[in-house]
Amino acid sequence: MKSYAPSRSSLLMAPALAWLTALMVVPCALVLALAFFRRGIYGGIEYTFTLENFGLVFDPLYAGIFLNSARIAGTATLIAVVIGYAAAYAIAAAPRRLQPVFLFFAVLPFWSNYLIRTYAWIVLLNREGLITQLLRWFGYTGEPPSMLYTEGAVIAGLVYNYLPFVILACYAPLSRLNPELAEASRDLGASAMTTFRRVILPLTVPGIAAGAVFVFVLSIGNFVTPALLGGGRFQMIGNLVYDQFLTANDWPFGAALAMALIAIMLLVLTAQALAADRAAGRIAEAKGGADG
Amino acid sequence: MSAPRTLLAIDKVSKNFGRVTAVDGISLDIRENEFFALLGPSGCGKTTLLRMLAGFETPNDGRILLDGRDIARTPPNKRPVNLMFQSYALFPHMSVRANVSYGLEMERLPAKEIRSRVDAILATTELVALADRKPEQLSGGQKQRVALARALVKRPRLLLLDEPLGALDKKLRGAMQLELKRLQHEVGITFVIVTHDQEESLVMADRMAVLRDGKLLQCDTPHAVYEHPVDRFVADFIGVMNFVPGRATDDGVLAADGARIVGTVPSTLAPGAAAVASVRPERIRLFPSAQTANRVAGTVEALAYQGLDLQLHVRTALSQKPFLVRVTADAADRRPVASGDAVELGWDAVDVRIFAD
Amino acid sequence: MAERSPATRRTLWLVLSLVFAFLYIPIAVLVALSFNQGGLPTVWSGFSLKWYASLAGNAAILSAALNTLIVALVSTAIATLFGTLLAIGVEIRRQYGSGLEALIFAPMIIPDIVLAIALLSFFSLLDFTLGLHTIILAHVVFNLAFVCSVVRARLKSFDWSIVEASADLGASAITTFRRVTLPVILPAVVAGALLAFTLSVDEFIIAFFTSGAGRASTTLPMQIYSMIRFGITPEINALATIVMAVSITALTLSQRLNRGVIGQ
Ligand SMILES: Nc1ncnc2c1ncn2[C@@H]1O[C@H](COP(=O)(O)OP(=O)(O)O)[C@@H](O)[C@H]1O
Ligand SMILES: [Mg+2]
Repeated sequence: MKSYAPSRSSLLMAPALAWLTALMVVPCALVLALAFFRRGIYGGIEYTFTLENFGLVFDPLYAGIFLNSARIAGTATLIAVVIGYAAAYAIAAAPRRLQPVFLFFAVLPFWSNYLIRTYAWIVLLNREGLITQLLRWFGYTGEPPSMLYTEGAVIAGLVYNYLPFVILACYAPLSRLNPELAEASRDLGASAMTTFRRVILPLTVPGIAAGAVFVFVLSIGNFVTPALLGGGRFQMIGNLVYDQFLTANDWPFGAALAMALIAIMLLVLTAQALAADRAAGRIAEAKGGADG
Repeated sequence: MSAPRTLLAIDKVSKNFGRVTAVDGISLDIRENEFFALLGPSGCGKTTLLRMLAGFETPNDGRILLDGRDIARTPPNKRPVNLMFQSYALFPHMSVRANVSYGLEMERLPAKEIRSRVDAILATTELVALADRKPEQLSGGQKQRVALARALVKRPRLLLLDEPLGALDKKLRGAMQLELKRLQHEVGITFVIVTHDQEESLVMADRMAVLRDGKLLQCDTPHAVYEHPVDRFVADFIGVMNFVPGRATDDGVLAADGARIVGTVPSTLAPGAAAVASVRPERIRLFPSAQTANRVAGTVEALAYQGLDLQLHVRTALSQKPFLVRVTADAADRRPVASGDAVELGWDAVDVRIFAD
Repeated sequence: MAERSPATRRTLWLVLSLVFAFLYIPIAVLVALSFNQGGLPTVWSGFSLKWYASLAGNAAILSAALNTLIVALVSTAIATLFGTLLAIGVEIRRQYGSGLEALIFAPMIIPDIVLAIALLSFFSLLDFTLGLHTIILAHVVFNLAFVCSVVRARLKSFDWSIVEASADLGASAITTFRRVTLPVILPAVVAGALLAFTLSVDEFIIAFFTSGAGRASTTLPMQIYSMIRFGITPEINALATIVMAVSITALTLSQRLNRGVIGQ
């Protein structure tokens, strides 16, 4: 390879890069541009420059939706990380030959249809759903509890949908951890809990961060889960963008909202990259031990 | 024997990668039908030189003449030269037979001829029984033979081998060294082999080139390189050598402790210049006669068997490191020595080589 | 890891069981109810395949399924070709800027809704007629990225010296690609294609925005979405079961072909 092949590599990359440029970079740039125009009287676009749309993003009404979205996404992230880390830890502790099997089945639901997975929760949570029936079976006779169309339902749906990814992200560093590190910590007199807190946890932070960023980013921009499990009562940014484009017909404001979403995403990704950099030193040491 | 004909002439070839000069103005002639070894420490540019011969790197400067024609810019698939890769580079999805046939298919030879030539080379390399296996089902030695067969079947003018035995264990390596030599004789193809193992090149090569930092230090027969190294580096790199540092005099080296080592001083060394006298372990005798030109007293520090022979580490006043002395089994039986014994070492002036230090 | 006490081991097994219950009970209930005889979507009243039969007679669903198949097959074919070439180009070069990395990575991380509105704005600015073809154009964007990442993962452990060996033995660049490179990475290419196919079959929001109005270009996820909004029915359960079975089969196949695709 190396010396005589690279001349051809540009040719190989050209079609794909052209596709991505024409159908991702240009459209996204267009949305960015759109955000600086005014909404036309009949819903079209008036090509005069304005910063109004971005001002509107910070209007208490919409800023409230942003905060609400961040709170819901944050709660879902926290729960998903706690459950996901515990699951990944348990998988990494399972017998070696079972680990790939567990991992496969933990991730499998993630690749089935998102709508259907969300729909499954409607079936579970609706007034005559499984949970109500279980309660009846245990002798509960009162009104069926209202679980669907609550914030809790939205959070449950988000956790359910993105949990597999957290398991995957946390499993990677856990399975690569040099077991002698934990043993060394115990040998030096640390308790199991201290060993976990001072050795295992810090070394697996990158996995946690990757998983958390993923859940947060996908949750905050989510549209389907709030629409189906929140019954439209819990607006999140995704729904707001959707409404601007398909209902309210205010594309410039929708574009500004989308850009705000991207800005949040970039912020979170940058934070993660910084955390990963800081952790890199520790990881290199731990790996060196495992390889050497 | 007729006068050896030059097959490949490497003419002032240089190659640099950015700021690193991997090959620095090397000129070499490789002769028809010889077994030629490129030897040098890791990173000295051996692989780069070989890859330029195969066509995977283009020299920044100089010419590579094959049968008098400059091929420095000919692409690899258009050269009558084949390379046996350090990693063997067997096609993992093809059987042994398919791997070996591949190169002939590229020449668009008739199926019948491909078949017969492949059968023949599989027989020569003792791979007939393995013909239907995939590379992953082969041992290291078997893979190495497949890689060799795949290159040889094309009957190249020149076969290049990059550390062909590097991945094998020591014992297998010994056997394969002889095997390679036999094969080369049988197929009558010129071999250029890269190695960092000096013993290997001494065993196999008709001629060898010693490289360091991209430069050619010496090119000669193994015997000549061993007996008459051009400088201290080559003397140290090839075989085992004892060194006595000091200053050059008219007829030898004056060691730091005042002892004189007698030997022939090269004309390039002015008297008083920093110099080092050296002698091979097998040239040193224990308990020499009084006429021996160079003698020194010492204490045996350690003994180790090397095959049947015995190697002694003898502490003397001449150098910081102990002297290494090779004693044949016979001699050791006649006059046993043990650790801690006081001994005297001696060697002749003709066995001393003197270099600038 | 270090030896664990029996109590710790029991706790770990308990954690695993609970997590798997959480992941699979909702799906299991859905699948079970798709075989429910009664008309109530959530109350069990005996085994029946009648909802599957009624799906087969539902013209809207069948046409949506056909649309989905067309979109998925075409976008997968394009993305597999270009994504594989991209992966090889990137891995040969090795010294690329982080800008290129970001460009290739972006389609996997950009929120669907953003890409969806971006493409809608783009297409309407150009006065493109929306339809299946615009969905295909859009789906290739993220499918490219996924195929590329699966193939690149394979190429990380690819022994490039076999490409040189092929040239050394006299093969041209194209022959080398056809006879050496492609056969060796083929499992990853197929795995990437299966992954792309599943993603395309399941994709909802981008298709929704780029399909235009009208039934003609409704895909299965769009159909399912509108059915769910209308209310839960045993028919959706049956349809959901089929769609899930298809995705899971494709993914399992992909995983077998290319150990660890899902684990990327
Ligand atoms: N493709 C390359 N890019 C940059 N530097 C290289 C490349 N190939 C070799 N080098 C450098 O050139 C020098 C010689 O390398 P090489 O020919 O592989 O040595 P050897 O085979 O003798 O160990 C080394 O310093 C090496 O790092
Ligand atoms: Mg080398």
